[in-house]
Amino acid sequence: MAKRKKPAPFDYARKWPLRLTFLLTTLFLYAPIVVLVIFSFNNSRRGGNVIWRGFTTDYYVKAWNNAGLVEAFVNSLAIAVISTVFAVFLGAITAVTLWRFRFPFKPAYEGLVALPIVIPEICLGVAIAVLFSTLGLYVPPGAPWPFNLTNIIIAHITFSFPFAAMVIRTRLNTFNREMEEAAKDLGASEYRVFRDILLPHMKPGLIAGALLAFTLSLDDFVITFFTSGPDTVTFPVKVYSMVRFSVTPEINAASTVLILITLVVTAIAMRFQTFEDPR
Amino acid sequence: MEHYRQNLRAFAAFFVPSAGWLLVFFVVPLAIIFVYSVSETISLTEIKTTWTFENYARLLEPEILTLFWRSLWLAGISTVICLCVGYPVALVIATAPAKVKPWLLLLIILPFWTNLLIRTYALLNILGTRGRLNGLLEWIWTQGDRALTFIGLGAYDLIGEDFEPITFLGRWSGVIIGLVYVHLPFAILPIYASLEKLDRSYLEASLDLGAGQWRTFRSILLPMTMAGVMTAAIITFIPMLGSFLTPALLGRGQVDMIANVIERQFKGANELPFGSAMSLFLLYVTFIILAIQSFAASRGSRRGIK
Repeated sequence: MAKRKKPAPFDYARKWPLRLTFLLTTLFLYAPIVVLVIFSFNNSRRGGNVIWRGFTTDYYVKAWNNAGLVEAFVNSLAIAVISTVFAVFLGAITAVTLWRFRFPFKPAYEGLVALPIVIPEICLGVAIAVLFSTLGLYVPPGAPWPFNLTNIIIAHITFSFPFAAMVIRTRLNTFNREMEEAAKDLGASEYRVFRDILLPHMKPGLIAGALLAFTLSLDDFVITFFTSGPDTVTFPVKVYSMVRFSVTPEINAASTVLILITLVVTAIAMRFQTFEDPR
Repeated sequence: MEHYRQNLRAFAAFFVPSAGWLLVFFVVPLAIIFVYSVSETISLTEIKTTWTFENYARLLEPEILTLFWRSLWLAGISTVICLCVGYPVALVIATAPAKVKPWLLLLIILPFWTNLLIRTYALLNILGTRGRLNGLLEWIWTQGDRALTFIGLGAYDLIGEDFEPITFLGRWSGVIIGLVYVHLPFAILPIYASLEKLDRSYLEASLDLGAGQWRTFRSILLPMTMAGVMTAAIITFIPMLGSFLTPALLGRGQVDMIANVIERQFKGANELPFGSAMSLFLLYVTFIILAIQSFAASRGSRRGIK
């Protein structure tokens, strides 16, 4: 490849129109977020996100003192953590079922597992909301936290565990079945093989699946919007209702905090994964 | 792989919990929606299943047809923009030096990890008539005006007498910007993946045999990465078609898409049967698109195009 010099094939990264497109796209993706973060420090109630009136951290204090906003924030995190635990468990056993067994109607079952990933969010949100209302499956009012969030958590598990299953199954495909046979030959029980051989191999997949489920849960608006009640509000639902009335720097401040949390979680997860799986 | 009867207990232990969950919280809800879609609203609280097709017939009302057409059109245009922007971006990442590649990839994915609502809200702040984008446009206009004055054409008002801020919010332009903004990473990643798998010697051969860069792109690069482009089109178009938040916030209730009207049937109008029929219709459209894609993909692979 190094012999020839003039019409360098596949050297598109050096061409300036392409570089410019890349630069502008990056700018387009980041500029709104950067403006949002900058204006969270803006000292102006009326000017909102338009006129800069000097630096202040007042709106972080205000957001912190806004009980409704903090509650929604804590709810979001709790829902994400709880639904992630269930999603990884269900995702793992789904992945193992599909990877290990032959059974009748297997392609149909595989399709069914993939279905929550492809169907439009609004359909799933409507369907689950209707399930709860038709069967009267309401959490009794005044249920202790976090049990009052059960409906939302169930909805989140339903749409996130197929994603986890996909990630974990990809990992399982690299498993060397001879290891399992060797362990069985040496007298290990079914459970022992699972715990000591298969599970350690699955671990990077489990972490990746958990990360995906956590982000999906934290990100979701539409499905939560349909399954949440007046007393069970998550951060996106709360911000949605606030934005409809007025735009305040408080929302900017709270958003900035959530962006930071997401960044930190992503960074930790990526670190963790490179240590776990150096391939 | 073992047959499930060989180890029935282990199979049941793995199969039953997840299959059961899917049955109760996925299959049953969709079945309920289906039953509602063939029911009638009798009174404020009562709904009777009469196996009527009236709710589906209502989908053909001009108002609803206009809505479907608008949704298809908005999602279609936004998908095309995503592909046109996503392809060069993917090309830059795929051909970048190995050292910078992961960083460029991270740069594109990172906004995607940020909450959807926050991203839409951030865009909302930029797109207002007094927002940053109009501020930028005004600055460009002022510079242009100054340049025109400088070369002696200032008196003719070639670019207008004064700067007119463009209204994005509540217009289709704002919704399209929002849809592209939210889904762009989805378009870039599959194209990037197909470019990575590409055998680069074909490009060398084409250039060696005297084809120009443009010809090489059109007859070699694009056909060979078509599968990636198709995947990108599908996974941007389907969520765009069912998108709720972008039209709700950036369209300000004036540029409704299917999902916004579905939401109103359930939350406001109390029209469960009609809302159910609409959701199922959206679901069928999704299935049809996926079926066409898998059909095209299998035909493509039979013809030898990877």
